[in-house]
Amino acid sequence: MAHVRLRAPLKELAGGSDLEVDGGTVLQVLEALERAHPAMSGWVLDEQRRIRVHVNVYVNGQPAEEGDGVGPADRVHVLPSITGGER
Amino acid sequence: MTELLVGTKKGLFVLQGNAGSPYEIAARAFAGEAVEYAMRDSRTGRYLASVTSWHYGPKVWYADDPGGEWQQAEGLELPEDSGQSVVRLWVIAAGEEDGLVYCGGDPGMLFESRDGGATWTLNRGLWDHPTRPDWTPGAGGLCLHTIIPWPGDPQRLLVAISAVGVWLSDDGGESWRYSNTGIVPEYMPEDARDAPYGHCVHGLRRSAARPERLFMQFHGGVYRSDDAGATWIDVGDGTDLPSDFGFPVVVDPADPDSAYVIPLIGAEDRTTPGGTMQVWETRDAGASWRPRGDGLPASDAYLTILREAFDSAGEGDGLELYFGATSGDVFGSGDAGATWRTVAEHLPPVYSVRTA
Repeated sequence: MAHVRLRAPLKELAGGSDLEVDGGTVLQVLEALERAHPAMSGWVLDEQRRIRVHVNVYVNGQPAEEGDGVGPADRVHVLPSITGGER
Repeated sequence: MTELLVGTKKGLFVLQGNAGSPYEIAARAFAGEAVEYAMRDSRTGRYLASVTSWHYGPKVWYADDPGGEWQQAEGLELPEDSGQSVVRLWVIAAGEEDGLVYCGGDPGMLFESRDGGATWTLNRGLWDHPTRPDWTPGAGGLCLHTIIPWPGDPQRLLVAISAVGVWLSDDGGESWRYSNTGIVPEYMPEDARDAPYGHCVHGLRRSAARPERLFMQFHGGVYRSDDAGATWIDVGDGTDLPSDFGFPVVVDPADPDSAYVIPLIGAEDRTTPGGTMQVWETRDAGASWRPRGDGLPASDAYLTILREAFDSAGEGDGLELYFGATSGDVFGSGDAGATWRTVAEHLPPVYSVRTA
């Protein structure tokens, strides 16, 4: 199982910041997170199952997209993007 | 006491006070998030807010106490086979049946709730309209920003989309027809101005005293309809209005001949003309307009007042008017616009103002 780390407000929705989640791709991991924690639905993935534009996902420290592979011992970080002065 | 729900770029502010007196910030919610719109459903006392998280997308929330815990509504999603996602939720409006609430947004969609706003479904009649591929967005996106029921009849509904125009339904939203006859979109080539849709409606209000009468602030022009939106006549051209551009419009519920608009210098600038903050009033159905600015900034005030940032409470001589600017100022009048005072200042940019 991949080790997923979340920050606020996602960790409140998931009930914790460190979770073990099944999935062979980034998308599968994120969908498994939604199934296990329905309050997260629509927060990281939009209704087209795309990672929201201003959410960044990293696998073992490398930027990752929906179709990228995730291994059993991989670390998946889900982070809000830096807004760069926009807000 | 009047309660104002002020949606801003950085949260919802609940202001409380009496007309003519200073208001206090009674509550703040959604700190740091853009609150597009907030309203209180007078039938149930429930508060609803549309909030766009920069990171996590648009959502609707509801609460019985705006200073307490908010619940996230469910179902505000587009079908997976559409290939599209909800961009922004612009407005929420109570319907004419118990529990019926509407929410409109970008891309040109209408959602309905039958349980007071907790769960929602997409209105397929409008979503599947065969002309949708031809719809074009305005600068704010393809936003459905206006939802106006017919008093007492849930079958009759008016919505407006920028830059598509006015839509009417007589069957509770099962089917829709556009209704832009008389509106002249001067931003279009002359030989394209009679197109049935492509109209950038900015603001619309229905008269409570005469429901078939509506006033509209268009992208260029102020219009009136006396036949429930079937046709429109220009009531701004040739008057003293300093500009035909602006966003919101408000009416006095007791007077079907009344309307208030806030002119801004045209589409490129969108600030108050001449640096003078004035609300303009008609009391003769648009035949003439006069400025109402006593107490508002008279000089060096280059403000922008957005579509949903103007509202009223009460009626007649005691009509209360409130509007907010992207400067973070909120102004109010307790005497139908005769005099004004600052209600709040130094807020984040104001997106919406609604009386609760």
